[in-house]
Amino acid sequence: MIMLNRLKYDLTMAEAARSPNGSRVDLLVVADMVEPGARVLDVGCGDGELLQLMEKRGIDGRGIELSREGVNECVAKGLAVVQGDADTDLEDYPDDAFDYVILSQTLQATRRPREVLEHMLRIGRHGVVSFPNFGHWRIRLQIFFGGHMPHTDNLPYAWWETPNIHFCSIKDFRELCHATGAKIEEAVALNAWGSRMRLKMPWWFWNLFGEQAVFLLSRRNEAI
Amino acid sequence: MPEETVMADASAMLDLADRAREADAPHSPVVRFPAHKPLRLDAGLDFGPWQIAYQTYGALNADRSNAVLVCHALTGDQHVINTHPITGKAGWWETMVGPGRPIDTERFFVICPNVVGGCMGSSGPASTNPATGMPWGLDFPVITVRDMIRAQAMLLDHLGIESLFAVVGGSMGGMQVLQWAASYPQRVFAAVPIAAATRHSAQNIAFHEVGRQAVMADPEWRGGRYYAENTSPRRGLAVARMGAHITYLSDAALHRKFGRRFQDRDNPTFSFDADFQVESYLRYQGITFVERFDANSYLYLTRAMDYFDLAADCDGAAANAFRGTPTRFCVISFTSDWLFPTSESRAIVHALNAAGARVSFAEITTDKGHDAFLLNEPELFAIVGGFLEGAAKARGLPAK
Repeated sequence: MIMLNRLKYDLTMAEAARSPNGSRVDLLVVADMVEPGARVLDVGCGDGELLQLMEKRGIDGRGIELSREGVNECVAKGLAVVQGDADTDLEDYPDDAFDYVILSQTLQATRRPREVLEHMLRIGRHGVVSFPNFGHWRIRLQIFFGGHMPHTDNLPYAWWETPNIHFCSIKDFRELCHATGAKIEEAVALNAWGSRMRLKMPWWFWNLFGEQAVFLLSRRNEAI
Repeated sequence: MPEETVMADASAMLDLADRAREADAPHSPVVRFPAHKPLRLDAGLDFGPWQIAYQTYGALNADRSNAVLVCHALTGDQHVINTHPITGKAGWWETMVGPGRPIDTERFFVICPNVVGGCMGSSGPASTNPATGMPWGLDFPVITVRDMIRAQAMLLDHLGIESLFAVVGGSMGGMQVLQWAASYPQRVFAAVPIAAATRHSAQNIAFHEVGRQAVMADPEWRGGRYYAENTSPRRGLAVARMGAHITYLSDAALHRKFGRRFQDRDNPTFSFDADFQVESYLRYQGITFVERFDANSYLYLTRAMDYFDLAADCDGAAANAFRGTPTRFCVISFTSDWLFPTSESRAIVHALNAAGARVSFAEITTDKGHDAFLLNEPELFAIVGGFLEGAAKARGLPAK
């Protein structure tokens, strides 16, 4: 719990790339995928930076956060956030309760990513998932030549204390989408400097050079 | 004999008279409704004439949009931040309410009514029955939390306040907050139920029953007619309070405050004196409580809490009580509260989520137990303050 909060804190305060106006680039990419005026549930909302960003755009946002510190910080900011666990509490939400459900840097810290993803597309018509790409070349090199678990700016933990228990690569995540029947509407990879990889590249290229990935999903057979 | 007992005995004569006067003619504003404006009760009757006492702090703004209703707990009253007229002690929520506090009386018009069934000026068993000229005693009808809220709504109508910016309260006050949002969703912009539940648990009903039996087992209770017989079930009510007080604390808090330390002695006396500090503390809590509270009121209000069940009132699902609600909620619980544990607050959140309500929920880490909502908990103040700030912005109230 504390670790997840630390992850969010680290990402928020230090390592994450920021746009000129100070917003985290990965959060801007997520927010850009959400239609204005939509009802949104941010699962694992940390200190509420994404929710605040979305509220400024007229989006009706709610949050779930595991860490008590994160929740209390959010509520004190006036955000509608409840303390809860993505692995156990999503089942309490009714079908179609939201237009979008967001997992921003959260999926890799859940115990059962597949069930979380399924709940996500049951509760919301669309899902937005962002995660660190474990297929990035630097990570591959660290494992291949260093022979140890990778350390990067986005993944600052030693293996014995990391909250990230289910790492995946972009390729792996696409397989999970396929397995759960989620339709990929849009995908964006961010490079090491946090900027969008704009060129339309084949998936293997993104999987090698994207440090982070953001996917917009919908239920199969449902148009955006 | 402990010092406190001596003090209490000396004031025994005084407090009976004080309390009797307070029940009919309180030291606070009171609205008296004539018989043709009765209070409709869940028990199935129209009760009147009746009265409701209240306090206000701060000023109502021109468009009457800054009113905050504070709901008091079982043994609280309307004297939130003023000196108590009977005990002379400070108000019960001075940490939360006042100038610059989270419920800022420089911004908000704060109203706190005494609940019906209480003994501080709203109609209750200690009030005079106009038919007999004597206190009602057990002839007073049994009331519910919903009745309390209906009475408060009539008070607000009388004061010309159509809509409340916020309703805030802990414990039984939190039940009232939920009932307000369920009964009058259009009149409640924001709701803050603290350490509350959608229904009173079996364990809590059980604790209340022990308290009531302690009162009724006191021979001075006289079937509830102790007013006429010039007696008072002080011992019974004190025991009830002692038992209840334990449920408001926590094992950790009791250990931190008292441990196994002796009271004013170095060795056990091998008697049933209050050797331990914790015993002395509980006796003091019991004795000071009976100075200010009516035993029959204690029976009626614990009963009202026992009957509280939002789900039962709404086809078995508490979510139905909030379907389509426009109210924004901030639900708060405390880690060491075992009387209204976090699981109860989660049930509230669950119901609100299922109803699609805008809800925040925070659990505050403390070892102070249920009573934490009345104590100095900076995190609680930050959350209530932040939530109200966000709500004020949404309501279009001027910024701080």
